[in-house]
Amino acid sequence: MIGKMIAGIVTAFTIMAAGLPAFAQQDETEKEIERYRAMISDPFSNPGFLFVDRGEALWKQARGEKNVSLETCDLGEGPGKLEGAYAKLPRYFADADQVMDLEQRLLWCMEKIQALDTKDIVKRKFGRPGVTSDMQDLVAFIANKSNDMKIAPQLSHPKEQAMAALGEALFYRRGGQWDFSCATCHEATGQRIRLQALPVLSKPGPAAQATMATWPTYRVSQSQVRTMQHRLWDCYWQMRWPDAKYGAEAITALTAYLMQNAAGGEIQVPSIKR
Amino acid sequence: MRTTLKAAGIAALGALVLAGPARAQSTKVDPAVVEAAVKGMFGHAPAEWQERIVQDETQKACSLNRNQPPADIANAITARETKNVVLPADGKFLGDWKSGEKIAQSGYGGRHTDDPKRELGGNCYACHQLSKTELSFGTMGPSLLEYGKIRKYALEDAKAAYIKIYNAQAVFPCSNMPRLGHNKHLNEQQIKDLVALLFDPESPVNK
Ligand code: HEC
Ligand code: HEC
Repeated sequence: MIGKMIAGIVTAFTIMAAGLPAFAQQDETEKEIERYRAMISDPFSNPGFLFVDRGEALWKQARGEKNVSLETCDLGEGPGKLEGAYAKLPRYFADADQVMDLEQRLLWCMEKIQALDTKDIVKRKFGRPGVTSDMQDLVAFIANKSNDMKIAPQLSHPKEQAMAALGEALFYRRGGQWDFSCATCHEATGQRIRLQALPVLSKPGPAAQATMATWPTYRVSQSQVRTMQHRLWDCYWQMRWPDAKYGAEAITALTAYLMQNAAGGEIQVPSIKR
Repeated sequence: MRTTLKAAGIAALGALVLAGPARAQSTKVDPAVVEAAVKGMFGHAPAEWQERIVQDETQKACSLNRNQPPADIANAITARETKNVVLPADGKFLGDWKSGEKIAQSGYGGRHTDDPKRELGGNCYACHQLSKTELSFGTMGPSLLEYGKIRKYALEDAKAAYIKIYNAQAVFPCSNMPRLGHNKHLNEQQIKDLVALLFDPESPVNK
């Protein structure tokens, strides 16, 4: 019931963001969005904040062989600086000589700063009943520190440009038993799979903005905060491709491409979705 | 082989033209880089999955041309995919519409968590409206309401539908519809049952 309501509000939000309804409907829709915004930013109505709180504790907890916290981890804005970091990821990190998304970067920091064995962390990459995921918690906490900020894709380094271009090529790469690519479901406007509306992600604009600015999200159907790594793993699952590797370069590339199309979108996370 | 190379060359050119107004990142990416990234994501998958991530010629051409192939490549695709169609040996195209409806409803199968022993579905309702009673249908493909009735249940049209379901790209190059028979997702009997769903006067499609 609550799930349905939330889905409805989220849909209203998406439609509004796509700029579709007539002017008369605008007022009503704006009120809906206001209500939705109030709800998602209220720790009492949004279970995603449990994950945020756990993530904060994990960020500050001394762990690994070096028994230190992650607080000196540089997410791109300087060691330990979290405000606005998520809005600029994925980006190039000179110390790793690699473009990384938040999840890759966190694993890197765990290994380099904490000397933490990440095997168990990766095993728990996706939480399920009775098993919490450090990655989901940390991402929820860190991304939340970019709330009200605009997605600002980083494209000045040649490796950042190459990463986004790779993502675009992957977006159109058809394959597998169903001949699917991302474009099959996320290129044309106004399409549905069964009753599920599909956002257009192949071009800059409100749909891509509304989508990317609302991840990580608390998924009511799964009772988990899910990250972009999980969303894309899920889409490849639907595409009948194999189990996509967590933290693979290709996922970062797709994320870089999508974030680029979402430039300017105002981050509000953890959101709540179906 | 030579035609393949040539087709790839033209395809690459087509992609450049279609890309339209330059966006800084729309530069061409070396296909080897793309394939390496795909390998990095799926290389750990079981051996029987590995061939699934390798593209065939048609998937390659459609990817490079973003599903809008120029005429010569489009013709090459329909010609190749038409040759790939295997028609039923008994010359019959109509099965049982009731089991066709079940196959049309089910999207089961092919995902890495699915049980390969269970019957696979065609997932037609994901993309098509088929009957007036099923309201949960997608819109990626055209409505197929009254498909057989509109065609006066003509046998030639039932055969055409068999071909369409077996290999959508024999008819429409770079169609978003999966090549369900060609990719060995649906078998001959299942496709006949689906054709019956479209062409049996008693089927909900024609009611
Ligand atoms: C067969 C159809 C299909 C394919 C192919 C597909 N997706 Fe999706 N995608 C979906 C559906 C269905 C949803 C869920 C919509 C929902 O639950 O609101 C979704 C959701 C998403 C979302 C989140 C949307 C939101 O509103 O929060 C993103 C991002 C996304 N897909 C990206 C991709 C990428 C990148 C690819 C290719 C790797 C891809 N998808 C391939 C069907 C597909
Ligand atoms: C992922 C989306 C998708 C799925 C799944 C799908 N289709 Fe389609 N189908 C399409 C699209 C898009 C078209 C229109 C383009 C074309 O003709 O290829 C189409 C066209 C058709 C046509 C031709 C319609 C005409 O104009 O005469 C038939 C018949 C058809 N589909 C039947 C089926 C059946 C039966 C199934 C299930 C076994 C199915 N489709 C599954 C997307 C899909």
